[in-house]
Amino acid sequence: MSEVVIRTEKVTRILSGEVPVTLVRDVDVEIKRSEFVVISGPSGSGKSSLLYLLGLLDTPTSGKIWLMGQDTSSFDEDQLADVRLSKIGFVFQFHFLLPEFSALENVMLPMRRLNKLPESEVEDRARSLLVDLGLEKQLNNLPKQLSGGQSQRVAIARALANDPSIILADEPTGNLDTASSKNVEGILRELSEKHGRAVMVVTHEARLAENADRTIRIVDGRVQA
Amino acid sequence: MRLLVGIALKHLLFRKRQSLVSLLGIVLGVAFFLAIAALMQGSEKDFITRLVDNAPHITMSDEYRTPRKQPVEEVFPRAALELRNVQPLTETRGIRGYEQILSDLHRTPGTRAAAVLTGQALVSYAGRDFSVVLNGMNPEEIKGITTIENYMKQGSIDDLIIDPDGIVIGTELAKRLSLQMGDNITIVASTGQVRTFKILGLFRTGRSDYDERQTYVSLKRVQALLNRPNRANSIIIKLDDPNDAYQVAEQLEERYLYKSVSWQEASEDLLSTLTIRNIIMYTVVSTVLIVAAFGIYNVISTVVMEKHRDIAILKSMGFHGRDVQRIFLGEGLILGLLGCVMGIPLGAAIMAGLMQIRFNPPGASEPVNMPMDWSWPQFAIAAAFAIGAATVASLLPARKAARVKPVDILRGGT
Ligand SMILES: Nc1ncnc2c1ncn2[C@@H]1O[C@H](COP(=O)(O)OP(=O)(O)O)[C@@H](O)[C@H]1O
Ligand SMILES: [Mg+2]
Repeated sequence: MSEVVIRTEKVTRILSGEVPVTLVRDVDVEIKRSEFVVISGPSGSGKSSLLYLLGLLDTPTSGKIWLMGQDTSSFDEDQLADVRLSKIGFVFQFHFLLPEFSALENVMLPMRRLNKLPESEVEDRARSLLVDLGLEKQLNNLPKQLSGGQSQRVAIARALANDPSIILADEPTGNLDTASSKNVEGILRELSEKHGRAVMVVTHEARLAENADRTIRIVDGRVQA
Repeated sequence: MRLLVGIALKHLLFRKRQSLVSLLGIVLGVAFFLAIAALMQGSEKDFITRLVDNAPHITMSDEYRTPRKQPVEEVFPRAALELRNVQPLTETRGIRGYEQILSDLHRTPGTRAAAVLTGQALVSYAGRDFSVVLNGMNPEEIKGITTIENYMKQGSIDDLIIDPDGIVIGTELAKRLSLQMGDNITIVASTGQVRTFKILGLFRTGRSDYDERQTYVSLKRVQALLNRPNRANSIIIKLDDPNDAYQVAEQLEERYLYKSVSWQEASEDLLSTLTIRNIIMYTVVSTVLIVAAFGIYNVISTVVMEKHRDIAILKSMGFHGRDVQRIFLGEGLILGLLGCVMGIPLGAAIMAGLMQIRFNPPGASEPVNMPMDWSWPQFAIAAAFAIGAATVASLLPARKAARVKPVDILRGGT
């Protein structure tokens, strides 16, 4: 099996409209197992847009995206959703937990949808993911009873629920205080080092970029050499 | 699937007040739908039962629907001929050979028949005259066909078998003429013949007109009084299955030529009025549920609107559009089902309450309870309609939810 998790070839995304907006143009990137890649660039340069494309949330106007050696351009919406469910973990800037569900239930949700593990194992796994991230006391808290850093860690646990090959994080520490930021950064770093996942983080934090295996800089929707 | 239902439940439980209000709408809708439909159906069934029970299913009378063919027409059926000034034969009116027809009918399984000869007469008593209808019949036959025996207050129709010079009259007539059981009354027939009868029974149907005008006398006596020996002017028939009446009437008419009218034909106008009444009733009660459905639509589209971000999360996580649609459809269904579970008992309670009401229908001398149809189709229709309305109401917002594109929300959100 290839070490390459995601590869793109001349990926371009143009938003159609009265004035078409080019979000991303001719992007060729590649990310391997265990790699920790930081995407940096000025605000509005297209970092989030690229991440949505890599995460199969958006489809390119032209160009191709391979995931684990598979060309995804022919996938329909349901197939893309299935790949997202089992292979990709997302962490957004705003934690985006479902407000009606406890921390534990939020983490259990993707596993329940995938429906590979029996219910008891689903709960055990969710519990251990949260405990590993230091949330043993907040298992049954609703999102509104969690601090920003705690919510973001629950979101990370949820992204890891189905043991994805790649984690995509969009400014995960953008709204956190310094201590929480460091904590979350450490966790993400560890994911690639210890668990062999490909991790791609969009961030402005210089500290993270320094620790990265590689930094991809985006300016005006293009990769800067 | 359990997962999706779980999410749907959470959504509803999280906005308790809104959910309760729309649930209340459905509950009341189901209850009123059920109660009104049951009342209307009940009164219709009650009405038809009265129609079917209290009157013969088929009445064969001494008339022809089409003029009888002239002999020449029968000999030359295809000839183009015109007969002028054809005059019907003057004959004693009545069904000829009614005894033969009657014995044919008596041999037919599932059929009961009685010959009746009716005629106008005057009752004279204590110097007062009163116009009445004489129903000449054989008590043994008539019992299986009219419900008169159920309405007897005193005596019995059967007493006419023992004493053929007896008469059975209604309580209203008895009251008018201050008559009592055992009194003798004098009957003057339209032919001028006079005869005295002894009152052997009193009936009270509750319809004052009937109780005042109808009398029962043995057939032989009426035949003699009216000068029409061996004639009857109608044969009334009851069938084990009243729904067969229409076909049977047609067969009888074909066979015996005498006009035979089924109860359906006789009450065609009434039956079509009932159909119109049903259409109006279902339109009105459906409106109640449609209003309730708008309540559901309102809640679910509000939830969908508020939940755009959550829908985006679910879909970015890997939920299919179909899953999302099912969640919101499920919310509508849960409301619809709960609405049924709570609305049907409430409706049944309203039905039970309405049944306690007693009222005097015009023309009746005794109060009756509101008729109510407790049969299961009423409940099934109410439940099906509620669940159907809830499904349709949630379908639109659910499909909108399914079409939410996560990137659109994420782009807008950050
Ligand atoms: N829905 C949209 N309509 C028009 N322009 C958009 C829309 N979403 C994003 N953009 C533009 O696309 C560019 C890229 O945005 P984004 O990928 O969010 O950048 P970044 O994440 O690097 O800040 C920005 O200039 C932004 O203004
Ligand atoms: Mg961004």
